[in-house]
Parts: sequence; structure tokens; C-alpha cells
Amino acid sequence: MIAALLPVTTRAQVLELLDSVTDPEIPSVSIRDLGIIRAIDIHSTGQEMHVVVTITPTYSGCPATRVIEADIRGAIERAGIPNVLIEHRLDPPWTTDWITERGRKHLLEAGISPPACWASTPLSYEADVVCPHCGSHNTRVLSGFGSTPCKALWHCSGCLEPFDYFKPH
Amino acid sequence: MSKTINVDQARFEQLLRLGDNALILGHRLSEWSADAPVLEEDVALTNIALDLIGHARLWLTAAGQAEGRGRTEDDLAYLRDARDWRNLHLVELPNGDFARTMVRQFFFDTYHLLFLDGLAAGCDTEIAGIAAKAAKEVRYHLRHSRGWVIRLGDGTEDSHTRMQRALDDCAPCVPELFETDRTYLELEDQNIVPDIQLLKAEWECQMNQALGEATLQMPEITHAMSGGRQGLHSEHLGYLLAEMQFLQRAYPGASW
Repeated sequence: MIAALLPVTTRAQVLELLDSVTDPEIPSVSIRDLGIIRAIDIHSTGQEMHVVVTITPTYSGCPATRVIEADIRGAIERAGIPNVLIEHRLDPPWTTDWITERGRKHLLEAGISPPACWASTPLSYEADVVCPHCGSHNTRVLSGFGSTPCKALWHCSGCLEPFDYFKPH
Repeated sequence: MSKTINVDQARFEQLLRLGDNALILGHRLSEWSADAPVLEEDVALTNIALDLIGHARLWLTAAGQAEGRGRTEDDLAYLRDARDWRNLHLVELPNGDFARTMVRQFFFDTYHLLFLDGLAAGCDTEIAGIAAKAAKEVRYHLRHSRGWVIRLGDGTEDSHTRMQRALDDCAPCVPELFETDRTYLELEDQNIVPDIQLLKAEWECQMNQALGEATLQMPEITHAMSGGRQGLHSEHLGYLLAEMQFLQRAYPGASW
């Protein structure tokens, strides 16, 4: 039981904690898999441990950012480190190219088609977007904007269902 | 006339201009919330508003830091009167019909993206970083407004007429986009902001191409709005601020 009370001490341990933190608007995907964590720094002054987590926010106006910050803080505090500082790094800007393979898989499982091309190929609007429900490639865009800043609304001509598409960004 | 202008002062002014354009246009677009012609457009316009308000937060926070007097993004957004706002006339223009909103948006998005790309290539790393991030989002805004301008211009007789009228409404706000003053020239000297003449040529080239496809004519500009960057605004801004700032004015310091 003593082991459970010991505070975390390594970056790998902090990273593992952050696996439990998800995007509140896409709860199936962890923020690690979304590629928003840039750095974790741990240092101690006397008995006190400090953790600095540097993140790159996704969209400028995304209201999820503040919730994510609170959740990061909570996850690390619960593991016994009360001093958590969250810093932003804007440059280079976040890109969907940083979403991990696991993140893409989880998006698809949640009914969200992951980006169909690299963001470095801008505006590949007519990319081959796959329907997350039936796997059809016979899909078309309904609207370039969707339920959150990161998504567009698409329609599948195979199963006739609408679906969310995570925009290459 | 004094020859030099303090670079820090110019930087603060420029950050305000960027933040104010984003916030005022973001507020205008948010007025469409629950009122757009179709649900998809309601979602699109409010998403674009959200991006712009996000940009405004970054710019105004940086402005407050550059000023060094402890003003926060909220102080700058909620506690300034019309004369202290630095936005362009174009962004305070009322929404009008959907055609007017789309022409206004297309004019601004085209300018905005060119401007942000210029800032991102500039020497001020803080400004360049915010601009590079914002530019990625604005690329989607421009694709959206450009698409509508072409569809509606080259659409029905009614949509074409409305689009041509919207161009007439927005055209007097165009020359102001490319005006410079001492603040701007100082920052241009420092390679912080883009060369405005090159930007103007590129803007006109993109307009010609899109309006040609849309079968629309850019009207001849017979009178021009000016002075927004110096705090001289149309009466529209006062009404907008009265709504946007109401809560902080009525209940100073309110938070939740």
C-alpha cells in the first residue's frame, strides 16, 4: 500500500498519468494521442516537487482547452504532486499530423473519420474520406464546419448517414 | 512632426489593431447564432466567430503585456470606449443579409490571410507565432466565404442581385485595408508587418479571379471610409460595444 502513496517522480510516470486525460468533446481520445503535449519538466526545491506541462492548444477559440488544463492538473495532483504549472507553446502551431495511430483508431471507433491527408498538403478538400459507420469511400462534404472547431460535417452515400470528419489542420 | 515613433508603442498599437479586428468581426458573426438561413451555416458562422474570438484573446493578451500597464485581455475588450478601438470599418459593418455577411467576410478573409502570412514571415517571433497559428484557421474561413461568393454570385437572379448590392455596400471599406500610418511604417521598417503595396496587389488579383468566376463586378469606389485604426468609427461600433460590454459596464468586475 505504501507504494501507491509514493508520488510520481519521472516524466514517463507523468506521461502515463496523462493517458487518462481526454478531450472533453472527444472523450475516446487522450490528449497524448491528440498530440498536444510538448514537454514535461520535473524539478524539486527542497521537499517540493514541481511539474511543468507544456501543451500546444489545438484551435485558438476551442473551449475544451481550459477543461483539458484543469484535467491535467487534477490527474497530476491526485498522484501526489500539488505544484503543477501548465504552459502554452504556440509555435509551431498544433497540427493533426501529430495525432498518433492509436488516436486515429480511437477517433474512427467513436464515429469520427480521422484526417484523410497530411495537413502539410493544405486544403485537400476532396480527399478520400471514409465513412466511419460502413467504410464506404462514396462520401461528400455537407459543411466545412461541424459540432466542434476541429470537425467538418460529411455525408455517406453508401449508408446515407451523416458523420463527423476530423479536418486536416 | 516628430520623425520617430517608439517601436514598443507601435507594437502595442499593432497588436490592438489585430485583436480589435478579430474581436469585432467575431462578435458580428456571433449575431447570426440561431438566426442563419440554414443550420449548417449557423454552425459555420459561429465556428468562425469562435476562431476569431480565440485570435482576439491571443492578440489582446499580448497587447496588454506589450503595454506593460497590467491590462488584461478582458480589460481591453470590455472597458474601452469606441474612440479607443483600432478596428477597420469593414468589420463593424452590420451583418445585413447573408450576401452582405459573405462579401464582408470574403473581403476580410482574403486580406486577413495575406496579412497573417506576412506577419508569420516577419521578424517578431511572438507576433509571428500567433499569426502562423491563426493563419491555419483563416484558410478554412476563406475557403468558406470564397465558395459562397461564387455560388451566390453565379446563382439565381435574386442571389446575384443581392451579391452585387453587397459589394456596393462593402466597397467603401476597401481602401482602408491598405492605408498606412507612422505606426505601420515603423513596423514595416523593422520587418514585422508585410509590405502593404504587395499585399494590396495580391488582394486585388484574388478578388478579380473570384469575382470573375462569380460573374460579379467590383464597383467603382466613389467614397471611402477611413480612420478606424486611429479610433474614428462609424456609429455602428457604439451599438455593438453597448451590447458586448453591457455586463461589465453594469456589473463591474463580474465573473463566473
